[in-house]
Amino acid sequence: MKRLTHLERLEAESIHIMREVAAEATKPVMLYSIGKDSAVMLHLAKKAFYPSPPPFPLLHVDTTWKFKDMYALREKSAADAGMELLVHHNPEAEAQGINPFDHGPLHTDMWKTEGLKQALTMHGFDAAFGGARRDEEKSRAKERIFSFRTASHGWDPKNQRPELWNVYNTRKAKGESIRVFPLSNWTELDVWQYIMAENIEIVPLYYAAERPTYEYEGGLFMADDLDRLERVMGKKPDITMRKVRFRTLGCFPLTGAVESEAETLAEVVQEMLLTTTSERQGRVIDKDEGGAGMEKKKQEGYF
Amino acid sequence: MADTPASDPAYKVDALIAEDIEAYLQLHQNKGLLRFITCGSVDDGKSTLIGRLLYDSKMIFEDQLAALEADSKKVGTQGQEIDFALLVDGLAAEREQGITIDVAYRFFATEKRKFIVADTPGHEQYTRNMVTGASTADLAVILIDARKGVLTQTKRHSFIAHLLGIRHLVLAVNKMDLVDYDQSTFEHIVADYRSFAQEIGIAEFTPIPISGFKGDNIASAPSANTPWYTGPSLIEHLETVEIANAVAQAGSFRMPVQWVNRPNLDFRGFSGLIASGSVKPGDAVRIVPSGKTSTVDRIVTMNGDLDEAVAGQSVTLTLADEVDVSRGSVIAAADDPPESADQFEANVVWLSDQPLIPGRGYWLKLATQTVTATLAQPKYEIDVNSLEHLAAKTLDLNAIGVTEVTTDKPLTFAPYADSRQLGGFVLIDKLTNATVGAGMINFSLRRAQNVHWQSVDITRDQHAGMKNQKPAVLWFTGLSGSGKSTIANMVEKKLFRMNRHTFLLDGDNVRHGLNKDLGFTEQDRIENIRRVGEVAKLMADAGLIVITAFISPFRAERQMVRDMLPDGEFIEVHVDTPLEVAEARDVKGLYAKARAGQLKNFTGIDSPYEEPESPEVRIETTAMTPEEAADLVVDWLLRDS
Ligand SMILES: Nc1nc2c(ncn2[C@@H]2O[C@H](COP(=O)(O)OP(=O)(O)O)[C@@H](O)[C@H]2O)c(=O)[nH]1
Repeated sequence: MKRLTHLERLEAESIHIMREVAAEATKPVMLYSIGKDSAVMLHLAKKAFYPSPPPFPLLHVDTTWKFKDMYALREKSAADAGMELLVHHNPEAEAQGINPFDHGPLHTDMWKTEGLKQALTMHGFDAAFGGARRDEEKSRAKERIFSFRTASHGWDPKNQRPELWNVYNTRKAKGESIRVFPLSNWTELDVWQYIMAENIEIVPLYYAAERPTYEYEGGLFMADDLDRLERVMGKKPDITMRKVRFRTLGCFPLTGAVESEAETLAEVVQEMLLTTTSERQGRVIDKDEGGAGMEKKKQEGYF
Repeated sequence: MADTPASDPAYKVDALIAEDIEAYLQLHQNKGLLRFITCGSVDDGKSTLIGRLLYDSKMIFEDQLAALEADSKKVGTQGQEIDFALLVDGLAAEREQGITIDVAYRFFATEKRKFIVADTPGHEQYTRNMVTGASTADLAVILIDARKGVLTQTKRHSFIAHLLGIRHLVLAVNKMDLVDYDQSTFEHIVADYRSFAQEIGIAEFTPIPISGFKGDNIASAPSANTPWYTGPSLIEHLETVEIANAVAQAGSFRMPVQWVNRPNLDFRGFSGLIASGSVKPGDAVRIVPSGKTSTVDRIVTMNGDLDEAVAGQSVTLTLADEVDVSRGSVIAAADDPPESADQFEANVVWLSDQPLIPGRGYWLKLATQTVTATLAQPKYEIDVNSLEHLAAKTLDLNAIGVTEVTTDKPLTFAPYADSRQLGGFVLIDKLTNATVGAGMINFSLRRAQNVHWQSVDITRDQHAGMKNQKPAVLWFTGLSGSGKSTIANMVEKKLFRMNRHTFLLDGDNVRHGLNKDLGFTEQDRIENIRRVGEVAKLMADAGLIVITAFISPFRAERQMVRDMLPDGEFIEVHVDTPLEVAEARDVKGLYAKARAGQLKNFTGIDSPYEEPESPEVRIETTAMTPEEAADLVVDWLLRDS
């Protein structure tokens, strides 16, 4: 008898989920946000369909405000996987110059929430993989692996289907779609362990390095594009070089950096295990709207 | 005082994180995975117990803890002490808001295992949630309040866990602190439970006296308060109990094929999650249902070919021979393949507000196979509290019953007791696409191989070719008095004059013969249409153009007939006459009778008519003559000939 480890079991489950979608959905897509969870999800997709490339494209719903390192890895990862990369920019957000400084929560709402809906509708995707995990947040604990969305991308909590065994009901009416979360049962530690075990490339920003930083409204941020910051902030922020890293990755003016010495994967995990604040602290989106933030975002179709 | 978590070294390795992270990671790299469910009713201490498990295994961060401490003081039920229940009480809030009560999944880990906990509410109205949570669990923790002992709900929870095939039950006698850690109280409860467990066929269980709140016998045992207890602590037990995957590995090899991997002409792989047993290159395999045999050539993964793969792994196999394998096939050990059958006895749990309709066609999905299934009227329903067998005509939300399931194609399966993957199925409503039921196969009632189709030498195409026409079923549907029979008759006359071979099946004449045993209840109406559908199909097989005129009020049954026929041969003709118009015509005086209450279940009056959503032909009888309508249908039928 072979004793399967927890990572082997989680991997097998995720692969099984992806293959079900590939077999039963008409036009699936993988939402790719370039973070570590996306990296793991993409890696699993490659494994699920090897030696074929994954039979769906990657979709990045971009805000134009991501870190440069993220854009670089995005192009490389898609090419390595042999997958088509679709990048969507909400044209209205672009036209109105929506940015994280002047527009607050509207920035996320227009670029990401609206942008995602637009992209899904435009391409007619009926199933979209997302990298969300149940351990991320209390309201996620009861999220299904297959989450149904109405034709207008709404999430109706009363209308979700029971999931028994590993038998997934993927049927839906025309216009309706499903969000599929193959990493539902992974924890943050599982994700890191898997990255380590499988040697998965992640954005270097997860590792500590000397970076140009500035303080803004009590947080520490990285000046990834100083000229652009100057244009929207009206003046150049005061830059100090600090040894920092990021626990999660998003738009650079919204993603808090933490001072850190962790330069290797093991050190990053060590730091993660020893920190005493939950992962999403660094991201402004949750604090915006208290605990109900996630639930609300979900109903609006953010995920 | 609650134990401080740091004082419990049994599953603490914090020091290692700081001192030697590599060693820590090594230790955690090779953990196993156990899934379990906690069952208990409100106030048995379920949330407190789960909260403690998360807390003790450091799954709670400082910011969450600070919030927890503040909340404990504000709304907690334990005075100044930390109320662990608040960590997981999402469900309680939902209950108040009236949102669907769900299964919440929580995670924690010790150095030996990662755990996935399915947390479900315990009330009878949440049976379906418990069934869902139990379906993937290796083990169930049945919580009992030491002050209350074995209750009805304890029996219900145990029955469901057992029904869903959970092999390991833990009887967690909780709140021992409130009965002074009294040994005889504990033993009394265990004895009580044992006699009940034996009755329902639970051979073994592990009783543990605990206090979720104080921490006794959770991490280590025996606690100072229960020196008389000689068994393992809850965590120790969870860390060592056999995982269901180990049992699955011991079985014969079976892999339901999910996806055929065809990157180029030189590679043809079959991808799937191995349901049971193990496989090596060179192993002889049989493809079910085709029965063809071959040998495994390679086990392909991105990290290199494997020498062996076991139950629980997702792999891609290549075979030595070119055999026909597709999604839904099962690749199995050549000398011990699974059965195929099209009739079963199954335990069915109903998950929907809309009750089961015996005779109606539902999608049935089992592993990677999807077929149409009809369920007979249940043999009996099981009262989940008394476990008595009750007579039942249908199954309502949360009901559990035993019934016969018939499928339109043979299904490759294993009894649920042998394999969850090949014995468990879900039922899906064909119109709403909702998951309405879950079933567990007990055994097959007749082997598919025994009902060999009579193989015929003259094919369907030859029959049609002889008549020089394309067979079709013109299915007229509409209210009583809408004009179905009139138009259908005209269509037949026109086709007849054009030398087409036709036959008209009309509601009234079929009811006098073939279906004279049927009345007008929902179930009888469904059977009526099923029979007409089968007859129409045989006639279409004989090459005829069949014309039917039945009210056929339910979409699901019209869909069922459509599914019986080859694509394009079912032509739905909606004779669309508003109710007021049909009622005003009242050719047979039936509406008047129905209004007077002399006719029950009359379509349009006290029984619904579900309009076709996209019929091939729609006839507005208020806008055209029957003659024009008949031309419309004939033109549509012959449009490309
Ligand atoms: N004394 C004592 N109280 C407990 C224990 N476990 C739970 N409780 C209390 O019992 C009540 C209900 O607990 P809770 O975990 O919310 O129950 P649930 O409804 O089953 O989740 C709360 O007041 C808990 O603090 C225990 O082991 N000992």
